[in-house]
Amino acid sequence: MKRFAQLLELLALTPSRNRKLAALTQYFRETPDPDRGYALAVLTGALTFRNVKPALLRETVLREVDETLFAMSYDYVGDLGETIALIWPHHGETGDLPSLTDLIELFNTTSKSDLPKLIAALLTRAEINERWALVKLATGALRIGVSARLAKTALAEMSGKDLQEIEEVWHGLRVPYLDLFAWLDGKAERPDIDHAARFHPLMLSNPINEEKDLGKLDPKDFSAEWKWDGIRVQLVLGEGTASLFSRTGDDIANAFPDIVENVHGQAVLDGELLVGKNFEAASFNDLQQRLNKKVASTKHLKDSPAFIRVYDMLFDGREDIRTLPWTERRKRLEAWLAANPQTRLDISPILPFGGWEDLAQQRREGAESHGHEGVMLKLRTSPYVPGRLKGYWFKWKRDPNVVDAVLMYAQRGHGKRSSFYSDYTFGVWKGNEIVPIGKAYFGFTDEELKMLDKWIRANTIQAFGPVREVKKELVFEVAFDSAQESARHKSGVALRFPRINRIRWDKPASEAGTLEDMAVFVAAS
Amino acid sequence: MTAQILDRHLHIKAIDAFIDPSVPRERAIITHGHADHARSGHGAVLATPDTIAIMKTRYGEDCAGQFQALGFGVPLPIDDVTITFFPAGHVLGSAQVLIEHRGQRVVVSGDYKRLADRTSQPFELVECDLLVTEATFGLPVFQHPHPQLEIRRLLKSAADNPERSHLVGAYALGKAQRVIGLLRDAGWERPIYLHGAMIRLCELYQELGVDLGDLRPATGMVKAEMAGQIVIAPPSAIRDRWSRRFPDPVVCQASGWMSVKQRARQALVELPLVISDHCDWGELLQTIGDTKAETVWVTHGREDALVYWCRTQGLDAEPLNIQGFEDDGGEGVE
Repeated sequence: MKRFAQLLELLALTPSRNRKLAALTQYFRETPDPDRGYALAVLTGALTFRNVKPALLRETVLREVDETLFAMSYDYVGDLGETIALIWPHHGETGDLPSLTDLIELFNTTSKSDLPKLIAALLTRAEINERWALVKLATGALRIGVSARLAKTALAEMSGKDLQEIEEVWHGLRVPYLDLFAWLDGKAERPDIDHAARFHPLMLSNPINEEKDLGKLDPKDFSAEWKWDGIRVQLVLGEGTASLFSRTGDDIANAFPDIVENVHGQAVLDGELLVGKNFEAASFNDLQQRLNKKVASTKHLKDSPAFIRVYDMLFDGREDIRTLPWTERRKRLEAWLAANPQTRLDISPILPFGGWEDLAQQRREGAESHGHEGVMLKLRTSPYVPGRLKGYWFKWKRDPNVVDAVLMYAQRGHGKRSSFYSDYTFGVWKGNEIVPIGKAYFGFTDEELKMLDKWIRANTIQAFGPVREVKKELVFEVAFDSAQESARHKSGVALRFPRINRIRWDKPASEAGTLEDMAVFVAAS
Repeated sequence: MTAQILDRHLHIKAIDAFIDPSVPRERAIITHGHADHARSGHGAVLATPDTIAIMKTRYGEDCAGQFQALGFGVPLPIDDVTITFFPAGHVLGSAQVLIEHRGQRVVVSGDYKRLADRTSQPFELVECDLLVTEATFGLPVFQHPHPQLEIRRLLKSAADNPERSHLVGAYALGKAQRVIGLLRDAGWERPIYLHGAMIRLCELYQELGVDLGDLRPATGMVKAEMAGQIVIAPPSAIRDRWSRRFPDPVVCQASGWMSVKQRARQALVELPLVISDHCDWGELLQTIGDTKAETVWVTHGREDALVYWCRTQGLDAEPLNIQGFEDDGGEGVE
């Protein structure tokens, strides 16, 4: 555990990517199995414990620490794991902690009632850095600036294998990755994975820059589709099996039995999951209701049936067609759908267009009359490549809606921003009062954040714990994708993807938007 | 109990003197030389000789209309009020102010620490009825490790990375000299290099009898020769252009805030050194108990938690929200 704690600390504090990579590579090279495999699982977020959860840790600490003092400390530190590591009041004889492997074994096999005692004993025994690592391990929220991708890059560096090859086998592997390391060490063949029956990393798009990109791209090279407002999914159909994965590879089949029980054929498909009857997509809000449930309720299945609007095909039967150009894959997809009639799948139609200007106009009209999020552009010759490769797929989002809103409350951020008021609630006029319409994080420069933070401290009316109510004087230009009616908000309006475009230091609050202005946006969506 | 002699702005009305005022006042009692306590422009200043020397070095000879030096432990009667300074152990010359008035004893702690530090006079406990305490690290998450352990981490990193220089961010007054002293005690005998902003105060410390060993200016050194060396600089300089003159520097910072890793990350500090010139949570609680004070006013930092704790102990406690000392999120002067 000591070695792993040192690694985590170094990763957390070293700003240089290369140095992080070197540290990871060295760790994987020097650490024996299965410890390094478990470490890899921790770093890539592949490890979860059934009973060791943040709530359990919190409960363990609250047996020893005053609850109010704990809450104040958490508010200050901004990171639950770190708060627990720092506040733990008992420091016994420090001694060696169990190895990472043994620790994970202990977490998995100790009964729920005995876990608090185990965790307390470990915390008391650990040195401060180990205590921090221990809590990070137990809560699963590392926040050390290491992506799964970086960990895999280290594996590639260590072994001389291609990163792409590692990504390929990744989703078929099991913790602690003994077969992966055996292959990377040159002691075994590449792990054998049934490629047609597992999750494959998705191909992602880049936002288009109208000024820079469009002039350089030839409209004839691209096909366009609407950008659908659902969630991206991958449907993996084997022989009599169906799995449904989110964009990150989480299995979400349980939440959507209406899909997995009603699809036929063998293929790996890429598309957008939507809800609605007769392939009429309902609002994202309705989809959200279903996403919030791990298991679908009967009411949801009836009122908000799910379907997938398919737009790409990775495997046709058992044949990997990812290297084929998009046009070929599209033909295969159309043929497959014709041969395998579906009640829960339809195809994302091609949007014919003359040139960029024509498409821009269609995009505008689509947003105004149908609430479409924008359009997708796909290079006709592009293979299906995981990740966000430049030049293949572009998203061209609708112009955001904009409203001038007044800052009402500010809250301290978490993590890196825990010393700043970086989380804002804003509102618009309803008669003579301001009513809240949304909340957003700050998305701008550190300099602006500091100025804003200063303004908030100087203009606080009252504080409720971590939240400050401020004078209703500062105006934000808030951009958002759409507005919806909401019974949960006092204003009756909820914004989708609100973000703060800029701070209008110059604009008096009296000139901010009103609830009547918002009604127009609601009607348009 | 209400303490008539001192009000919530740390104003001693009977003698019309303010303690550590943030705006120029006719009469000011200054606990120590840090900028958020000692400002220039007061009419008359009462402080320890070391604090006066520090103020003159930082702000110039005429930074106050007149100075009156008062040594530790010497009672100074003014009308029916008696002022006495006791060492606060925070930085050289730092004092706690004892105010006695008709049998009432009030202590304004200023900033203080209880751990031994050879660059500052050692803290002395003063019993009182009303204690005005700082709360810079007034949360139970602050449990400072022993500073020598932190210095060992610095020395280990220097040994492990002989091709890099170690740039230690430390405030020019107090922290810099403390780090140098700790390095000397740990056996680091090589020259220690200083950013220009450190030099005057280090010289002053040495003039006032604190031995800091061989100190040299960092500016003007050949880059390659700085490999393996330790450099002390203000926190603002360690990540600035100034740091580019050193070979692949390891950015270190010596501060009590460094115990919070997310803060260290935020400040781009690669080697955080938890070295504080303030009490940690345990020491604050210990001190409040030791003074036997029945009333505690809390200022400078995370007042809420300390006030809350005092009340759970049955003490009469209140936060002082003195203007100019508003919680700035924790990265203030130490």
